[in-house]
Amino acid sequence: MARTLINVPKSAKPGEVVTIKTLISHPMETGFRPGADGRIKPRDILTEFVCAYDGEEVFRAEMFPATAANPYVSFTLKAERTGTLTFTWRGDNGFDQTETATLNVA
Amino acid sequence: MSVGWAQKVPALRRKTEFRLMMSGMALIINLASFRGCAAEPGIHRRRALLIWRRRRLWILGSPSAPRNEDAVSHPDHDRSTRPGKGAEVAFGAWLLVGIMTTASATEIPPAERRSGYDTMGAETQAMQRDDTTNPGMLWVQDGADLWEKVPSQAKLACAGCHGDATQAMRGVAARYPAFDERSGGPIDLETRINRCRTDNQSEAPYAQESRELLAVMAYVATQSRGLPITPVPDPRLGAARERGRALFTARMGQLGLTCAACHDDNHGHKLGAATIPQGHPNGYPLYRLEWQGLGSVQRRLRNCMTGMRAEPFAAGSSEALDLELYLMSRAAPLPIETPAVRP
Repeated sequence: MARTLINVPKSAKPGEVVTIKTLISHPMETGFRPGADGRIKPRDILTEFVCAYDGEEVFRAEMFPATAANPYVSFTLKAERTGTLTFTWRGDNGFDQTETATLNVA
Repeated sequence: MSVGWAQKVPALRRKTEFRLMMSGMALIINLASFRGCAAEPGIHRRRALLIWRRRRLWILGSPSAPRNEDAVSHPDHDRSTRPGKGAEVAFGAWLLVGIMTTASATEIPPAERRSGYDTMGAETQAMQRDDTTNPGMLWVQDGADLWEKVPSQAKLACAGCHGDATQAMRGVAARYPAFDERSGGPIDLETRINRCRTDNQSEAPYAQESRELLAVMAYVATQSRGLPITPVPDPRLGAARERGRALFTARMGQLGLTCAACHDDNHGHKLGAATIPQGHPNGYPLYRLEWQGLGSVQRRLRNCMTGMRAEPFAAGSSEALDLELYLMSRAAPLPIETPAVRP
């Protein structure tokens, strides 16, 4: 399990636009770099990030070899109801990780 | 600075003038290298001639003028390309200007010491300030887990002896490197952590610059965040600190630069696009955007030395340790920023 840092506001007003910040620990090996032995290191990157709000997809991002290591993704969404946010990262070598956070709306 | 004169001159002429200026600089450098080569003719001389021909080609106009890559901040070859010959010439020119215009190195007075944080861009500063955007926190959290984790061979985790790191490790990073009774010299945080690991936990030491070692270092050092650097006033460290000071002001490498030439005499000025910082190690281990990872102060020193075209001090060598010891006293009383973020 890769370590993640997720910042969801503690509470939001109905209709408020909130900023979500996510950071995940990942080497994002490009597949172009030689290692210490001179051989090209195989590509190992994240390719997809998806955020769902109570099961409904609200944000999606694609990632490529030029994306830096430990990708940081920040985006906004409109808080409508108290609900669960799920964050899913997918990538090479079957990488698939999902984290959840609760957005409190009152 | 006014650029009015430059706008009046056609672009071509400006380019020619710049190249002529560079040719003067390169000539001086080459004369110096020829003098050195004359004593032992043969391959060295032929190689010097070849280099001079290539440079002349560039000065007089070659199809592809080499780009001036930032020679100082790329030396690890992590995700970078080697700087071209153009960088050498431009760097040499910069060096000559530096030598001609700077006075002898004087240490920055404590009141004028500034963290590298102050010269970063606003975005990078914001990234460091917020713990949910600071990538160094990924290592700090790893370190917090390792602190509690009981190693396979050992009976006790770090926490088993030291307890709560937020209390026990507070202020430790601000006073390291400390005096080590066993070796009779300074000891830095990473060596101290590894000694605890081998002696008290009967485990193999963490490898230099390994993720685990950096994580524990970052976790320990983060407990001193905001506390001023307070070097140990132990008189037994005096000699090592003086050796560190001597290294800081000693010319080294093929460019004959000193640490002080940049970080004492020319901080705040530009080297390429980068602002030269005062060079205080107050945020290590820190997340460098160029490294795309966390690194120790010794890794940073190796970076700088490769840029100076000097042979870098080996990891854990006494020279690196002495220099680190001096740098910490030179940085006092700046607050610890671990895990800092730097470009």
